[in-house]
Amino acid sequence: MLTLDRLDKVYRTGTFGTSDLHAVRQVTLDVQRGEVVSLIGESGSGKSTIGKMVLHLLDSSGGTITFDGRDVTHLGFRARREYYRKVQGVFQDPFSSFNPIFKVDRTFETLRRSYFPRVSSSDWRGRLEEALAAVSLEPGDILGKFPHQLSGGQLQRLLIARALLLDIELLVADEIISMLDASTRIDVLNLLVELKSRGLGILFVTHDLSLGNYVSDRVVILYKGRVVERGVTAAVFDDPLHPYTRDLLASVPHLDRTWEDVEAEEAERSAALAGRCLYHEALAAQGRALGEEASAADGDDVGLVEHSPGHFVGCFRLAAGDPCPAGA
Amino acid sequence: MTATQPTTGPGTEATEQPGVTGAPSGSRKPGGDVRETLYFALRNPKVLVGGFVVLAFLLLGLIGPAFLRYAPMDYAGPPMAPPGGDFPLGTTTFGQDVFAQFVAGLRSTFLVGVLGGAVAAVIGMTIGFVAGYRGGLIDELLNMLTNVVLVIPGFVVLIIINAYLGVRSVPMQALYIGIFSWPWVARAVRSQTLSLRSRDFIDLARLSGVGVGTILRREVAPNMYSYLFMTFVLLFGGSILTAASLDFIGLGPTNAMSLGLMMNQAVQWSALHLGLWWWFVPPGLGITLIVGSLYIMNVGLDEVFNPKLRET
Repeated sequence: MLTLDRLDKVYRTGTFGTSDLHAVRQVTLDVQRGEVVSLIGESGSGKSTIGKMVLHLLDSSGGTITFDGRDVTHLGFRARREYYRKVQGVFQDPFSSFNPIFKVDRTFETLRRSYFPRVSSSDWRGRLEEALAAVSLEPGDILGKFPHQLSGGQLQRLLIARALLLDIELLVADEIISMLDASTRIDVLNLLVELKSRGLGILFVTHDLSLGNYVSDRVVILYKGRVVERGVTAAVFDDPLHPYTRDLLASVPHLDRTWEDVEAEEAERSAALAGRCLYHEALAAQGRALGEEASAADGDDVGLVEHSPGHFVGCFRLAAGDPCPAGA
Repeated sequence: MTATQPTTGPGTEATEQPGVTGAPSGSRKPGGDVRETLYFALRNPKVLVGGFVVLAFLLLGLIGPAFLRYAPMDYAGPPMAPPGGDFPLGTTTFGQDVFAQFVAGLRSTFLVGVLGGAVAAVIGMTIGFVAGYRGGLIDELLNMLTNVVLVIPGFVVLIIINAYLGVRSVPMQALYIGIFSWPWVARAVRSQTLSLRSRDFIDLARLSGVGVGTILRREVAPNMYSYLFMTFVLLFGGSILTAASLDFIGLGPTNAMSLGLMMNQAVQWSALHLGLWWWFVPPGLGITLIVGSLYIMNVGLDEVFNPKLRET
């Protein structure tokens, strides 16, 4: 449904824009209907930037975004309005997502003015109550209140209800759990899972590995703007290949294992993969099969190779400028 | 007029209030926000007191001249008469009625303040909002313009314009004052807009498919209402004072009276040394009261516009 093809985001920095900052580098991924895809990465890995580019809050510098087979990389104001009927976002901070001087109803009113000017008041009221019920909120407790009178979890669910009013197909959920209490987190997560079962595609941006593991069908691991590993959640979490993914997974505390166990396992895996680069090995293998030109053609080294079915991995170097550990 | 408003306000709004306390508010009308703001404004003592004083002066300036017996410049009575009798505020060295001058001066003072303030506010806010929200090259260009106008010594230019073009009417004076007093407004509004632009609710409004103008009007500006009002109060006061200064050095309107001109004449004819306090105290007190009341109103309006500061 949503496909990103070699998407780039470059910021010009320094005096007179002399130096470039690659926030997102050649990111390729896709989200299907009824599927949650997690974008996992640390701060500054470009995960939110990707979310914002999908939502057209930021312009991309290169590559294409395709939605339902249509190129939506560049949209005019009208086309963007139509695009937002299908694609909506929810952001990290529920308290700053509402204008603090207005009652929360106004967020819905803005939506109604913009998209449903013909819907009658009572009809709209019915739709609103239905959407609120879908996120298990009581209209009477919520409507007519100011944002500071509600909890973060309630506000976050309100924002999801807002997206539901539009009958969307894709939801970009940008760190929507990270500012919530542990007690309300699971409600929002389960809500996402339920929406998924209704056929909604969700791009779930997070830095929390366990959340990614809990909700997503596929994960995309980002590091410094580059996709280092991508695949079915179980495959990536059970058999992390890229050095960054391995580091990331080894740093998650487990309830049932001690640090010694985790480190021993990771040391074993590192030993097996030390000095190697599965990406270049696979490329070399392909090159042998197809002739030397084929491997030389893919020279920019930001691609991924399919290590096992549904499990892709990139070159094992960490930052974009680093040499490949295999020396290729 | 003002005295009756507080009693009617809560009465008409009482049915709307359950919405605030949390009960379902199914019968809310589209205009509810405006009426609610008005409801809180009319219950705020600071707004009421400030508004009452300003309105009283305004009314005096507007309808006062109709009841005057003497024109401001008429040599109407005995010179240097203290307040009382025929002349409620006494007379000048030349026997002119100070009260008549005061009432006429109020009129042009309000005109200079409102017109000059409005011109500066419109220019400054437009440039500030656009520069802050759009950013990039537009921001750079508008910022450059703002800085150029900012470093021009406005008062000196006003003196030249007034002297060279011979501007002698109150509206033209107000216009020129307005054109040279907006840069700080543009800078302040720009920086506030910059900080608001990065908030998520602006992104959310964009996701609702609304345009730049609507976002600025419905999302950015309401967060700054009290600040914008304060800006206008400062511009209003500033325009009055600039006009008074121009009047003082003899570049004021020739065909009208103003509070600044009254003080100027009072000083010129040594009212201070002769103890004619009734000549210079009313215009000075008038300016002080008008600007001061607007400030008090502004503090109250801050509470009205920001629901977190409301006492109820």
